[in-house]
Amino acid sequence: MGSHAMFGQMVTLRRAGLAALVLIVLAPCAFAQFEIVGSWAARNNEDISRDSYPVDYVGLPLNDEGRTRALAYNESQLAMIERQCEGWPQFYFIQGPFGLRIWSDNDPIKGQAISYTIGAWEDRAPMTIWMDGRPEPSKYAEHTRGGYTIGRWEGNTLVARTTHMKAGFLRKNGPPSSDQAVMTSRFYRHGDIMTVLAVVEDPIYLAEPHIISKSFQLTAAPISPIGPPCVSTFEGRPPGESVPHFVPEKNPFVDELTKMFGLPRDVVLGRRETLYPEYRKTIKDTFVTQPACTRNCGAAPAR
Amino acid sequence: MEVGFCEWAVDSLLGRLSFLVLAIASLVPLPASAQGRGGGPPPSAQASAPIDLTGYWVAVVNEDWRYRMVTPPKGDYRGVPITKEALQVVNAWDPAADEKAGEQCKSYGAGAVMRLPARLHVTWQDDNTMKLEVDAGTQTRLFRFTPAAAASGPPTWQGDSTAQWERAGGRGGPPAGGSLTVVTKNMRPGYLRKNGVPYSADATVTEYFDVSASPGGDMFVVTTVVDDPRYLLQPFIVSSHFKKEADGSKWDPTPCSARW
Repeated sequence: MGSHAMFGQMVTLRRAGLAALVLIVLAPCAFAQFEIVGSWAARNNEDISRDSYPVDYVGLPLNDEGRTRALAYNESQLAMIERQCEGWPQFYFIQGPFGLRIWSDNDPIKGQAISYTIGAWEDRAPMTIWMDGRPEPSKYAEHTRGGYTIGRWEGNTLVARTTHMKAGFLRKNGPPSSDQAVMTSRFYRHGDIMTVLAVVEDPIYLAEPHIISKSFQLTAAPISPIGPPCVSTFEGRPPGESVPHFVPEKNPFVDELTKMFGLPRDVVLGRRETLYPEYRKTIKDTFVTQPACTRNCGAAPAR
Repeated sequence: MEVGFCEWAVDSLLGRLSFLVLAIASLVPLPASAQGRGGGPPPSAQASAPIDLTGYWVAVVNEDWRYRMVTPPKGDYRGVPITKEALQVVNAWDPAADEKAGEQCKSYGAGAVMRLPARLHVTWQDDNTMKLEVDAGTQTRLFRFTPAAAASGPPTWQGDSTAQWERAGGRGGPPAGGSLTVVTKNMRPGYLRKNGVPYSADATVTEYFDVSASPGGDMFVVTTVVDDPRYLLQPFIVSSHFKKEADGSKWDPTPCSARW
């Protein structure tokens, strides 16, 4: 073998080695993430944001202050012209009934994602998840309805932390969230299914972190983000009128779910102990299964 | 993996440092996970687990409370995309008949067991079989990482489950976690909910387990996909979350009940 050929083999070997090393070192970068961009249809096989019953805090770990605030809420507030376009905090992207449209803004040279955006709904601001390593804003920075979200990859999981949200609601029927609430969302993808696990911490209104999870399915049919802007209109409450509310102990809907489904009041009012299996023992002898369902029992089967 | 590292790695490796990088690479031993390809047996499922599911876990019922914590009214199947044939089963639900037939565990089968308000105890039965015990209904599931070991016998409530790790990173990268995928077939017909919303013997349950260190402690979320050509118009998908507990002091096995 001539020296020229040997030199060629060495070059080839060196290139192969370099390629292998590139694969070894960059593997975590290339394989530790998933494609989140696209349209994700909601699979509403489990709870969606309860807005059917005025007092339904079932499954929430409210503290006493949160419960008191919630019971003071009157949904007629939404008729106030100055509140019609408040929208819901970012928890709603998981709890709401709609699908997600997610897109990215990328570095024009290297193509890496600078941010992901979960498109808005008419009553929820978009969520931009900043992936460029920027720090969280000062705690004194402006709080907005959409909050401020920074993200990072943990293996094949996208972890997003949302802070700086304005005070709002955990659900649409009044359980409150404070401007100190923080939501940590984890996005897991398995094939065409994406599950989001969100943990909401709120030192003001929650007795323990509130956990929400929901699955979405990738769809070829594009989901269009809609709204804002929201346009206010007169709905019967002149500007400057008092804020509709219930005074303590006077919420007329407090026993509605108990009458309809037999749920104990502690459950309806979102006490933390009701979230755990052992709570069942305390109601086993008193709970009465309600008569057969006659309305809103489920969608009529198509076939 | 931080983006900054990736940028650095790209710049470094594709830049003018290739000789130096190669020299360093030749001195770096291969990680254990990469061994066993040329010689020796591959590591067992337990030894190669990218996540740790072992221990005691408790379901936190933040969602679907009135379908999980208590027995919902007969005929209530909200959220479940059932077929007309399934609706007949729903409307015919009779817990007394289930008890008489010795089928009071129908709502504890693999299609619904992870949705129960329950505690779990996860251990390794052997190097390639994970055991998941459920105190509610005193059920035991075996996740077999060796497909041949999951050979079918008569159908059971928990069916035959084959398991597989899904790894993130790998190929010599730093540990980056992963997830567990479990596919279960050969189940006895059961209920997705206590009030008789059915799944059939033709159903397949696919589950994805993801572990995270979350505020308030370790958690895992399991995404359960039930496919049933007979009773479901489309896959039924729910995600259920569990918090880790320090020990088994609250472990409380109870028998199956058709009514509660």
